[in-house]
Amino acid sequence: MDRLIYTAATGAKHILEQQATTSNNLANLSTTGFRAQLDTFRAVPVVSEGLPTRAFVVDNTVGADFTAGPMQVTGRDLDVAVKGQGWIAVQMQDGTEAYTRNGSLQISPNGILQTANGQTVMGEGGPIAIPPNTTVSVGKDGSISSLTTDTVPATSTVVGRLKLVNPEQKQLVRGDDGFFRMQDGSQAQADPAVTVTSGALEGSNVSAVDSMVNMISLARSLETQMSLLKNAENNAAKATQILALT
Amino acid sequence: MIRSLYIAKTGLEAQQTNLDVITNNLANVSTNGFKKSRAVFEDLLYQNVRQPGAQSSQQTQLPSGLQIGTGVRTVATERIHTQGNPQQTGNSKDVMINGSGFFQVLMPDGTTAYTRDGSFQTDSNGQLVTSSGYVLQPPITVPSNALSMTVGRDGTVSVTTPGTVAPTQIGSIQVSNFVNPAGLESLGENLYAETGASGTAQAGTPGTNGNGVLMQGYVETSNVNVVEEMVNMIQTQRAYEINSKAITTSDQMLQKISQL
Repeated sequence: MDRLIYTAATGAKHILEQQATTSNNLANLSTTGFRAQLDTFRAVPVVSEGLPTRAFVVDNTVGADFTAGPMQVTGRDLDVAVKGQGWIAVQMQDGTEAYTRNGSLQISPNGILQTANGQTVMGEGGPIAIPPNTTVSVGKDGSISSLTTDTVPATSTVVGRLKLVNPEQKQLVRGDDGFFRMQDGSQAQADPAVTVTSGALEGSNVSAVDSMVNMISLARSLETQMSLLKNAENNAAKATQILALT
Repeated sequence: MIRSLYIAKTGLEAQQTNLDVITNNLANVSTNGFKKSRAVFEDLLYQNVRQPGAQSSQQTQLPSGLQIGTGVRTVATERIHTQGNPQQTGNSKDVMINGSGFFQVLMPDGTTAYTRDGSFQTDSNGQLVTSSGYVLQPPITVPSNALSMTVGRDGTVSVTTPGTVAPTQIGSIQVSNFVNPAGLESLGENLYAETGASGTAQAGTPGTNGNGVLMQGYVETSNVNVVEEMVNMIQTQRAYEINSKAITTSDQMLQKISQL
């Protein structure tokens, strides 16, 4: 059988997979703290007894784009955006630690600081409890203080400090749930150099332009693969014609 | 058939929800005591097509895997309970909470609902009610011969009646506070109901325990910022366009395949 069609078919198959990743990035244009997925193609040469003429292609997720996204000022006390590099540590249901850039925090009915979808936010000394009937403010270094207006002058109490980490980027992997974790399953050390801004959220760092251009280029290379398949079919048709016994 | 079609569909749905929330905010730009909402998005599950670190032979490992994200979903519409602007009306029955807290009203089914809309009126019995006719709790009855009504910062309501010099105290307005006001359920009619997420209501005197103080003659206007909503609307529209472009492109790719 003709080998060309299989080579072209792997190209087409993996272009569709990378298109899925591009669509996922575009779908998450408005997701707070989203990190764009980076996919690349990798050549896998076919090792056979014949001449090394073919290389299949494989789509690979090499990681995530860790550049910071745009800051959006919201004015809400419990919105926290990490400046530059760094992550907010949260505790997952199974007790493990994961990292997110989505700092839209809330207070649970029990007064524990948590994320918008219910993960407990890790403080440097465990979960952070917010006293009732107080105003919460988040400092530049992630320290959380509660202000009570019962007394005059109003008294401010530090109730904890967000665990802000900044592990090496190559050690971070994205989990199935979109949270990042350490590759070896360990917990990252708190990094005092990471700073946050309160009253702002970090937008998605997906570049619409990059993704659109990528999408067009993928669509065009799929067309190329399709015309290769057509060529293979034409070649086979011609060969059949020549060999036909009329 | 092709993943990107469905993934772009989730993007369109999310932007659609975002626009729904924005238009609801804009529609309520003049609603007293209205608190704006915002849609919160999160990325959907990732499909691990090839696990990174898997053995590619006895000695070698795959340096990177293949993870395909499956799109986005709206995880919540979160209410933002920031203070709205005070608007002076001069009406003695307009009361505004300056700070946190909610007025309590009795619903027809006997439950308590909470509101920030303090433009009260009196019903046929002289009781203070909301514009929808729900009685403020604890109930306050204004005598029919009252000349004027005063609401103090701490919620004390007093009236002056003909023939008496000193004002008579007829009750006091209490406010309720919640651990997590964003967890309240919106009922419409400017009302909220307590839920498991909001925590239980803690009623108290205005000005104590972190409750706001009352200001008579003012109403709290909506906290919707029109400029912010317009910018959000533009951003949503463009994101919608880009996602629909992703659908068109996926469709064209499918067309090329089917033309083989």
